[in-house]
Amino acid sequence: MTKAKKKQVKTKTRAAKKTVKKRISTSSKKTSPAKNKSKSKASKKTKKTSKKVRPVSVKTKSKLQKKAKISTKESLKKEEPRYSTAEDMAKKQRDISVAEFFMKNRHLLGFDNPRKSLLTTIKEGVDNSLDACEEAGILPEVSIIIAALEEENRFRITIEDNGPGILKKQIPKIFAKLLYGSKFHRLKMSRGQQGIGISAAGMYGQLTTGKPITITSKTSGSHSAHHYELEIDAQKNEPRIILDEVIKWPVKHGTKVEIELEAKFQKGRQSVEEYLEQTAIANPHVSLQFVMPDGETNIYKRASTQLPKQTREIKPHPYGVELGILIKMLHDTNAHTLQSFLHSEFSRVSMAVAKNICEKSKLYERARPSRIARQEADNLFKAINQTKIMNPPTDCLSPIGEELLLAGLKKQIEADFFTAVTRPPAVYRGNPFQIEVGIAYGGSLKADGLARVLRFANRVPLLYQHSACAITRSVMDTGWRNYALQQSAGALPTGPLVIMVHMASVWVPFTSESKEAIAHYPEIIKETRLALQECGRKLAKFVKRKKKAAESERKKAFIQKYIPHIAIALREMLDLSDRQETTLVTQLTDVLERSRS
Amino acid sequence: MSKLTNQIKETATSVRSKIQRKSKPTLSFPLRSLSNVKYLPKKGFLELKGKKKTRTLTVATVKTFAQTLRMMSQAKTLVEDDEIMTKREAYYVSKNWGDARFDEQPESDTVIDDIEALFEINREQLGFIPEEKGGEVAGKLVVIDRDTDTGKKLLIDCTKFGSGAYSIPIYVEHLKFETKAKFVLAIETAGMFQRLVKHGYWRKANCILVSMGGVPTRACRRFIRRLSDELKIPVYSFVDCDPYGMFNIYRTLKVGSGNAAHINRYFCVPNAHFLGVTPQDIVDYKLPTHPLKEVDIKRAKDALKNDPFVQHYKPWQDAIRQLLDMGVRAEQQAFAVHDLNYVIEHYLPQKLANSKKFLP
Repeated sequence: MTKAKKKQVKTKTRAAKKTVKKRISTSSKKTSPAKNKSKSKASKKTKKTSKKVRPVSVKTKSKLQKKAKISTKESLKKEEPRYSTAEDMAKKQRDISVAEFFMKNRHLLGFDNPRKSLLTTIKEGVDNSLDACEEAGILPEVSIIIAALEEENRFRITIEDNGPGILKKQIPKIFAKLLYGSKFHRLKMSRGQQGIGISAAGMYGQLTTGKPITITSKTSGSHSAHHYELEIDAQKNEPRIILDEVIKWPVKHGTKVEIELEAKFQKGRQSVEEYLEQTAIANPHVSLQFVMPDGETNIYKRASTQLPKQTREIKPHPYGVELGILIKMLHDTNAHTLQSFLHSEFSRVSMAVAKNICEKSKLYERARPSRIARQEADNLFKAINQTKIMNPPTDCLSPIGEELLLAGLKKQIEADFFTAVTRPPAVYRGNPFQIEVGIAYGGSLKADGLARVLRFANRVPLLYQHSACAITRSVMDTGWRNYALQQSAGALPTGPLVIMVHMASVWVPFTSESKEAIAHYPEIIKETRLALQECGRKLAKFVKRKKKAAESERKKAFIQKYIPHIAIALREMLDLSDRQETTLVTQLTDVLERSRS
Repeated sequence: MSKLTNQIKETATSVRSKIQRKSKPTLSFPLRSLSNVKYLPKKGFLELKGKKKTRTLTVATVKTFAQTLRMMSQAKTLVEDDEIMTKREAYYVSKNWGDARFDEQPESDTVIDDIEALFEINREQLGFIPEEKGGEVAGKLVVIDRDTDTGKKLLIDCTKFGSGAYSIPIYVEHLKFETKAKFVLAIETAGMFQRLVKHGYWRKANCILVSMGGVPTRACRRFIRRLSDELKIPVYSFVDCDPYGMFNIYRTLKVGSGNAAHINRYFCVPNAHFLGVTPQDIVDYKLPTHPLKEVDIKRAKDALKNDPFVQHYKPWQDAIRQLLDMGVRAEQQAFAVHDLNYVIEHYLPQKLANSKKFLP
């Protein structure tokens, strides 16, 4: 709060200036009849209050003034000052570093409990590795080792990849500074988005064990690897280098991250194992090796050598821009005219469209962007939303694709029936996105109980907060009874079913920094539902065919079971011969079989 | 007997020939419900109207169809060998039938009822006998039975059971009777029967006492019917004053039931009359009462609406309406409120003096 206020004062926008002026004038009026001493006090105080909270009520103000008088008149030795003075408060007010903030609020990043912390740490590491490999066009091979240490609930996690490596000078900042990275400022589909993850994991390790994060990285072409031990200076949010050396590392290129942390290792639901299994499903081009503390090793083999399509970075779409951002962009642009600003800074804005927007907002198209006033920006913003603009380009998305979705599912799940659908790209708030759904049914899946929903965002499995997620909502809102499945009202469908939903987008709208659930944008829910329905229709065909076959099989067995008894009864009553009895059985079977179909 | 064998054979043949003609065999049964009966005042019983349900052999019915045919075959054997079998025994015999066996006795009972209806005879003629007891008799009656070993005539004097009673056998067709009694008194509860026997009421009133023990069994109904037919004496019914006593017991005794309408002709007792307890008796004798239960009200209204017997007799409709208006019921033992033997000393003599006023 205070920090934000300070910034506003610094930027000296017109509005800010105005308010400051006003306040000074009013305060001087009020304080003028007061004595010299108190005058200086009061002026100081008003300055202070302007910094802290803008609207200070008259009541509190007068109270504070009184207090100030008393404290100056009476001796300081008295035990009166139970309340803080403005000065006292001022002494305590200082910057809060992002690192400090997240150290206190680590649950926001997914470090709420030891078990989840383990998963989050590994998830951040693996996501980074896969992003780096794919961007460099390397088929990812990642190994994850969890080693139990002597102390209880302490583990060392090692994540090693065959990625392109990291340049020496970048290593400290990437791993030991929060909110540093390449992915935040661009609109490109990638697993990481914010530049918090891995450094937060390192910080968590440092917090719980006091041990630094260890990085070894080698870029292709260099002979030796850089080996770093890093700590994060929480106050400054800057890396502190403990060890920096050059070592021999017998790999061509790659990065190895080691973190010691307090954690809890468990198998089953929401475990590291589940995360890796689902990662393997959504990323059939990835090869994973997972060594658990007891030495058990899981290997998830590559099912495809086809790397995901490289995605293009796009400019923001005008529809997705908020007023504040628009003002900032206007201020920061290099463009000389408003028209060229609109054309060059946004996607899908041609010169003609830009001109159209300018006309609608009654702004001169050759105006300097940095001279656009707040009110004018507001008009511009409204004009943008009134102008018809083509949807953003979609080559920035790299869906898994129906074929690879099936390959991924088949690799990890034993079932009788698989189907997958990739929807055409759609847009929410100016951000292009694409929904994919895969369904596995039958086989060794459990027939009773609710369907298992696997959620993915940009190929990353989401394991927590399923009930807060737009994907779960969409699955529950779909009428599965239309597709020959059972479903209680407001619940997931029941049956031997795995439903996989993937959202690919340049910006996935997570509900929190720990990236566990997708926000409920109506466009996202709608697309997901359409994809689910499409898969549902294919599934229904299969289920109905299977049910029909089973039913007909059951009937046939039923007929064969009782027909002989009819023949026996008739033989007994009519004194028939065995041959006549057999003939009756054949004839009767014939009659019923014909009627059945 | 051979007529029945032929009937069974005919049915079997028709089933077989349908199969040979490659069409689905069918069996048709009369529909067994009150909606399919009409009251014949001249004959005195509820008769089937002729609505039938046809069971076609399909995938859904194949099991019951097989069971019905096997049970029919069983009946044929019983008839040919002059053997009997209780319904429970029939259920156990079916355990030999492999997949076609019955899992519970109610299933086999239904199939037996079906066959019975199919041939429109009573199951006793097919050799299937019920497990239930037939009822008890005391009073001025000599039953002529046969010794099971020697086949010699056996005279059973029903006055000589002391405080006990003669038990009605399950099969009564061969019995003959001798009596000088003036009427038969059919009593709902064993308790009232005991009181009348203990005080030798039959001697005093010169009658035959029969304890029905709730709804009379088929054997009991048939026994009373034969008594009434052969001795040409009236039958008076003494039951509780509630819809159950009036319709489930008395109506069934007199004209038969909707469910087993195909056998009513053998089991009805057209000569039966309703001595009491009538709704008017409750008023006249100041009997202690209980409020009518919901099932009672439902049963009474249903009788008014659907029962062909009630619809035929206005006095019965009036009696039901009176009962419904009063909203109460009374048991036959309620006379004990005045004196334990009030019923013997006052109620029955007073009622019997006016037998013309009995409800039909």
